[in-house]
Amino acid sequence: MKILYFARPEIVLLTMASVVFLSVGPVFAAKVKEFDRSGQLITTEKSAAELQPQPAYDIKNRQKEKTFAVPRPPFTEGAFPCSQCHKYMKPNSKPRALTEYHTEIVLHHAEGQRWCTDCHNLVNRDKLRLVSGELVDFTESFRLCGQCHGDKFRDWKVGVHGRRTGDWNGDKQYLLCVHCHNPHDPKFKALKPMPPPDRPGKAGH
Amino acid sequence: MSDIKKCDDHVLHKSRRKMLKGLAAGIGLIAMPGRDASASVWEEFFQKHFRELSKDELKGVIARLEKEYSTRYDKKITVKTTPPIEGVRYGYGLDLSRCIGCRRCVYACVTENNQSRTPQVQWIRVMQLDKEKGIDLSHAEHYYNPATVPEKGHFYMPVQCQQCEKPPCTKVCPVQATWKENDGIVVVDYNWCIGCRYCMAACPYGARHFNWAKPVIAAKEVNPNTHYLGNRPRPKGVVEKCTFCIQRTREQPGRYPACAEVCPVGARKFGNLLDPESEIRYLIENKRVFIFKEDLNTQPKFYYFYAT
Repeated sequence: MKILYFARPEIVLLTMASVVFLSVGPVFAAKVKEFDRSGQLITTEKSAAELQPQPAYDIKNRQKEKTFAVPRPPFTEGAFPCSQCHKYMKPNSKPRALTEYHTEIVLHHAEGQRWCTDCHNLVNRDKLRLVSGELVDFTESFRLCGQCHGDKFRDWKVGVHGRRTGDWNGDKQYLLCVHCHNPHDPKFKALKPMPPPDRPGKAGH
Repeated sequence: MSDIKKCDDHVLHKSRRKMLKGLAAGIGLIAMPGRDASASVWEEFFQKHFRELSKDELKGVIARLEKEYSTRYDKKITVKTTPPIEGVRYGYGLDLSRCIGCRRCVYACVTENNQSRTPQVQWIRVMQLDKEKGIDLSHAEHYYNPATVPEKGHFYMPVQCQQCEKPPCTKVCPVQATWKENDGIVVVDYNWCIGCRYCMAACPYGARHFNWAKPVIAAKEVNPNTHYLGNRPRPKGVVEKCTFCIQRTREQPGRYPACAEVCPVGARKFGNLLDPESEIRYLIENKRVFIFKEDLNTQPKFYYFYAT
């Protein structure tokens, strides 16, 4: 209420009244002025139904994420299912340096701000955990990555981010994020280039 | 006196013409293949332009070629003549923000499309460019060979046939051995090409390549799945170019081009420009896109884009 304290009360009341009026007022068909891609002003007729505000995003009853057929995630040899070892261990959520197992994992993915159980579920180790608390399989790890990397996730779903194989007009094979990016160190690694072309004048030309 | 001389000249003239005619016919006869030469040489010599062949004639041509290639490489080689798919116009997208210049595409293309190993023919050329200078071709380097790519301060731009909507190469061909198909792919009839290389001079992208010698490919490396207008084995002295893997993409269902499939960073995108749901349409509508040498008005269907 600090802001209102400094403002003049009649202006505040007027603003609140107009907000209420605009939000509940009826919507009529109208001409809508928009700029197209080339910067030209275009006027389009829109019906009342089109101008109705879109319903708010329903958090509880979200549309289920489409599933994609993907190859087996690139697990470390013999590491999966995780529960084969973890079921004998007491879950410990305390961030600490791992000294016995998983020592090869060096976290270069928002270092210092992440801990295993941010993504791996503490109790059921064979599942990943979304921020919402929902558990997902490793084959659906794209949903986990997509929580932060929404732009890449959107591009990946339509086939613009990441490699696609298969048929361009038929079945397309998707890859998981983790097939190309190590989730613990996601930067794409440098590759050795294939040999350069022969220079003109070389024998055989 | 002068009349007689004139007459003499006339006779002499005539006889010289006759002599030349006879000589030409004689040389022609000698140059012709002998009786023992196989009929295929005759057939090849008198083969019509690809687009003028009737269905039966085409069948004969394909049978002859398949037999020839199969004996040459000692394995079954098929030559397809799959026509364009109705309602399809191919487009290609290449993400410059992802390409790391590893040249996997170059060699996947060589293997898929039966390009000559010696002398070397490669349909894709990857340029290394300075990030500071942008797309400045005077500073392009395509013989780069560091231990690992990408190198700091550089970006990479692969160039291949741009499948122009207004291809300058087909315009200059004196025998119409190259043309644009209905699905937008620019193709070459290797049996009609006379090897004048005008198209190579006309192409602003350096996308056409000439077989200076008989292509050498190890028999076990030959891709037996070929198309007449695409990757079938080429003779010496003809021009060849990228066909968006016509032998794959014209099928239903058709596989992605070899370069798109092999790309380790997923920078290469392919699809139907007429399909609003395709990947290529999405990237054209949502990403920053440019076409190479736009000022020449060749209208490429090869779209370079930045996904980030």
